[in-house]
Amino acid sequence: MKQIRQVKGMNSEVMASLKKDYIYNLMLKGKRNDGRSFDEYRNITVQTNVIDKAEGSAKVCIGETQVLVGVKLQIGAPFPDSPGEGVIITNLEMNPLASPEFEAGPPKEGAIEMARVTDRGIRESGAIDLNKLCITEGEEVWIVFIDVHVLNDDGNLQDASCLGAIAALMTSKVPAEREGKGEDMMMPIRDVPVGVTLVDVGGELMIDPGLAEETVADSKLTIVSNQNGSISAMQKTGEGMLTQEQLLKAVDMACAKAEEIREKYLLNI
Amino acid sequence: MANKPEKFIDENGLRLDGRAVDEIRPMTIEIGVLSRADGSCYLEWGKNKILAAVYGPRELHPRRMQKPDEAIVRYRYNMAAFSVEDRARPGPSRRSIEISKVSRDAFAPIIMTKYYPSAVIDIFAEVLQADAGTRTAAINAASIALADAGIPMKGLISACAVGKVDGQLVLDLSKDEDNYGNADLPIAMTQDGEISLLQMDGNLTKEEFKKALEMASEGCRQILEIQKEALKRKFASHEEVVESLAEVADEIIEDVQKEIELIDEDFEVSELEDEDVIEITIAKTDTSEPVDKAQEEDFTEFTEDESSNVDGPEGYEADKAGERHEQ
Repeated sequence: MKQIRQVKGMNSEVMASLKKDYIYNLMLKGKRNDGRSFDEYRNITVQTNVIDKAEGSAKVCIGETQVLVGVKLQIGAPFPDSPGEGVIITNLEMNPLASPEFEAGPPKEGAIEMARVTDRGIRESGAIDLNKLCITEGEEVWIVFIDVHVLNDDGNLQDASCLGAIAALMTSKVPAEREGKGEDMMMPIRDVPVGVTLVDVGGELMIDPGLAEETVADSKLTIVSNQNGSISAMQKTGEGMLTQEQLLKAVDMACAKAEEIREKYLLNI
Repeated sequence: MANKPEKFIDENGLRLDGRAVDEIRPMTIEIGVLSRADGSCYLEWGKNKILAAVYGPRELHPRRMQKPDEAIVRYRYNMAAFSVEDRARPGPSRRSIEISKVSRDAFAPIIMTKYYPSAVIDIFAEVLQADAGTRTAAINAASIALADAGIPMKGLISACAVGKVDGQLVLDLSKDEDNYGNADLPIAMTQDGEISLLQMDGNLTKEEFKKALEMASEGCRQILEIQKEALKRKFASHEEVVESLAEVADEIIEDVQKEIELIDEDFEVSELEDEDVIEITIAKTDTSEPVDKAQEEDFTEFTEDESSNVDGPEGYEADKAGERHEQ
């Protein structure tokens, strides 16, 4: 979002404020720049097992936004405070091929934040039964690497990342035979968390922000909810504020949308 | 590492550290503790020890990072290597980068950056000792440091977390509650109750979230009061202090005079008891900046004069009038 201003300076600031006026004025008429209603998601496609070399993978498109998630498993040592549990490591790469705003190099704060929110959704929902990823307690456990590659940024990378991560995990196989640790098994999945992001533009909440909306939004809120309707992660980003009423409304909108997405795209994997 | 406690809330509804579920840990705030910084604050909240400093508005280098129409705000949350049980690796971690970002965002709506084009306002929040809730503690400290630095703001930011243990929502998580609890929801709010930081992990139902939000706003209100109190203590002008002291003194002297008149009428001076002795003391908290000397002298003279005019019986003592200025 902010990269635009920082990287390109004044010129794009003028553009941003023009764009903001445009989107704001549309909002006043109850419209969005791509013709959607405020609670309407863009088209989603989820393809799984797109990378043979990975233990599990998924390519997610939300409108023109494209994200590829690969899951790899390795054997490693557990954390000392959880000797009987597998480890989850999530990383998100904003590849320079995905946007003129992205630069090569180590992940910036935006990428780190997105990876960590994705990670929290998976971890806190208990989506993976980490106890089953223990090989010998205190010594060897499975380390699950979730690598999110952004291929095209047209807004709302966060939801694409969350969706891709859980879809890839649901198709992941634990490669025990390859490592000489017994028989292969499917990733022990217990829950299906889905992240839904909303933006606040001039006080109105819009679900699944496109790139322009994301750029002009005052703030952005991601809510990850589970199969039983409870919430396992939230994150507000951006420089605006949200009222308590907006928050409660956002939670309702996000949970309802998450359920829809889960039914339609995930439970059939 | 300590083992998980069996129960977090006892039969009486109290938590392991004796707090009620909606009670925050005691918080103390000291302002202006670093002489080189433009604004600073040392905050203790439970066992958390946070030092916050603000530099700026100052020139921003490299120049390409400058914004022509407003100041940029930078926020650095950092944990000292010795602040936690197992030594923390120095330097930014992914966790601290994320916290720095959301904390900066939390302040963005209230700092009036338009006043300082091309400049930078740097906020440094250093966790010296960590004991759950460091990001909220750091925000509370930074808020005060910004005020101390005289940065124009629309108000203060207050932050606290709500969590869930034993299926019950609790305000301001302790270390064990944070480690073994089922949810953590740090929130920062403006004075008007608008949310400028919100994160959450764990598990909450929609109803629990609603309740948690209410608890958090109550917690933030309490913290705001503590913050305001600290600022008043530091910045209430000496004239104001002296004026309020004089007012109190006047009242007391009036009362004493009335009493004496009564006694004069009744000629019962000898029947005065010990408890009738009135002692008035002036207490001052901030020794670093004494009340203006001349004023202080005027003031004591004035009270002494008043009391010497009163030919009170023995046992009355109105040596110094004043108000106890609560710490």
